[in-house]
Amino acid sequence: MTNKPPERTSTVPRLVVTQDNQFWFDAAREGRLVIQRCTNCAELRHPPAPACAACHSFDWDAVDAGGDATLHSYTVVHHPPDPAFEYPLAIGLADLPEGIRILADIAGLSHDRLVIGMPLRITLVRHGNGEILPQLQPVEGHRS
Amino acid sequence: MTTAPLSAAAAIAGIGATEFSKNSGRSEWRLACESVLAALDDAGIEPREVDGVSLFTMENNPEIAVARALGIPQLSFFSRVPHGGGGACAPVQQAAMAIATGAANVVVVYRAFNERSGTRFGAGPPPFAYRPSTDQEYRNWINPYGLLTPAQQEAILARRYMHLSGATSADFGRVSVLSRAHAANNPKAWFHGKPITLEDHQRSRLIADPLRLLDCCQETDGGQALVIVSTERARDLKHPPAVIRAAAQGIGPQQISMSSFSRPDIDALPEVRLCADQLWRQSGLGPADMNAAVVYDAFTPLVLMQLEEYGFCGRGEAKDFLADGICEVTGALPLNTHGGQLGEGYLHGVNGIAEGVRLVRGTSTNQPQHAVEHVLVTGGSPVPTSGLVLGIDR
Repeated sequence: MTNKPPERTSTVPRLVVTQDNQFWFDAAREGRLVIQRCTNCAELRHPPAPACAACHSFDWDAVDAGGDATLHSYTVVHHPPDPAFEYPLAIGLADLPEGIRILADIAGLSHDRLVIGMPLRITLVRHGNGEILPQLQPVEGHRS
Repeated sequence: MTTAPLSAAAAIAGIGATEFSKNSGRSEWRLACESVLAALDDAGIEPREVDGVSLFTMENNPEIAVARALGIPQLSFFSRVPHGGGGACAPVQQAAMAIATGAANVVVVYRAFNERSGTRFGAGPPPFAYRPSTDQEYRNWINPYGLLTPAQQEAILARRYMHLSGATSADFGRVSVLSRAHAANNPKAWFHGKPITLEDHQRSRLIADPLRLLDCCQETDGGQALVIVSTERARDLKHPPAVIRAAAQGIGPQQISMSSFSRPDIDALPEVRLCADQLWRQSGLGPADMNAAVVYDAFTPLVLMQLEEYGFCGRGEAKDFLADGICEVTGALPLNTHGGQLGEGYLHGVNGIAEGVRLVRGTSTNQPQHAVEHVLVTGGSPVPTSGLVLGIDR
């Protein structure tokens, strides 16, 4: 009997889907990036929460994000590798013109071209546990 | 001061630890018991006198287990503080409050784990991350994208901080070189006799750019315990009291564990500033009154950011502050004289509190030549945090 090394499993936890955030993951599965909006004072918030921190209203809906983003900060991960990703793995924190930030992995860009302030596009793609989630990608003309 | 009833009400009278190692070969429960007995022995207090215990929520050895194993007959006070190393100083605050209010007379704080040979935080999300709860919900917004470990999460802050302050990887490296110089002279440290150069730091492999291997703390097995009693009682014990001049906790606006990414300035640590404001107000002291500091150093960049938030220098100026040699043993603010968690070992900051006590007693292996009257000790960031000012009795 050969001593085969065990297949490594991803350490990425399953999503914690609650009544407060399910709308966001449902929309993502349909290919839409949405932002929670307070229907009382129109304040946008992300990550989702049950109440508006500005006016304390529990009433909210969700608006579609345009998909534009600007790189606010980033890291390129080398270690430890997780089987759900390819390494080195770039991960970015991006400003959306709507006024919120999103963190996501960055694909399609050579890492030496990453610079804070660069424009990016958000696309919804399949991730490690099968969820459809945002990914940061270069805008047309910036692809490498 | 009449406005700060907590200030000087209690003191740390005993410290005790196991060895810090790659593989203790013993249970975490035993490590907890060994460190508690060592700290009680250091204080000269019998285990049966312990009537309070305050711990991290992440501590795997509950007070009830240690009390049973050590035959501690009764506990009238027991509490837990969340947020891991952020809360490092908070159980000491809880202990001081319990003593000041009469809820307990002898309070023990301990942190014991086989973090190196067992579950390593640097390897990925810890076991509790897989419990679906509001407490872990924040992981939805970072983990599925590969941001899985503390080093990776802090790298996002570090990159932004570099962009705004002009700090470089070499500036982070100076923290590491300093800690390893101190560890080299500390027989208890992982890196005893093993100093590094800035070149070593710059050549070490990238873990999560901009963080290199030598920006990251040294995970360890081990246990560290502290014994807190009233300052009055401490005066009659074996060692000079390390008086708790001030103790504070802090959570800032829109805080999320390790990922407060929605804040306007992600390089600012308002929860640290909140601790600083409380510590200075309670103690009637300020940054210029600190004769040494133990600043939580899971990763080097957060040391720079904390020095700024505690007011030792302005925002973005920590790189120049450190380059001056002020944090060496011969400088005005010796920093992490035990070698820090980069050099002595990552014991969730509780070993740093013990070093604060040694500095006040005058027994650090890197004891400064100048008089040490007050020492700042900080908990971890960027999570809900805590801090202490320890001082001589006067």
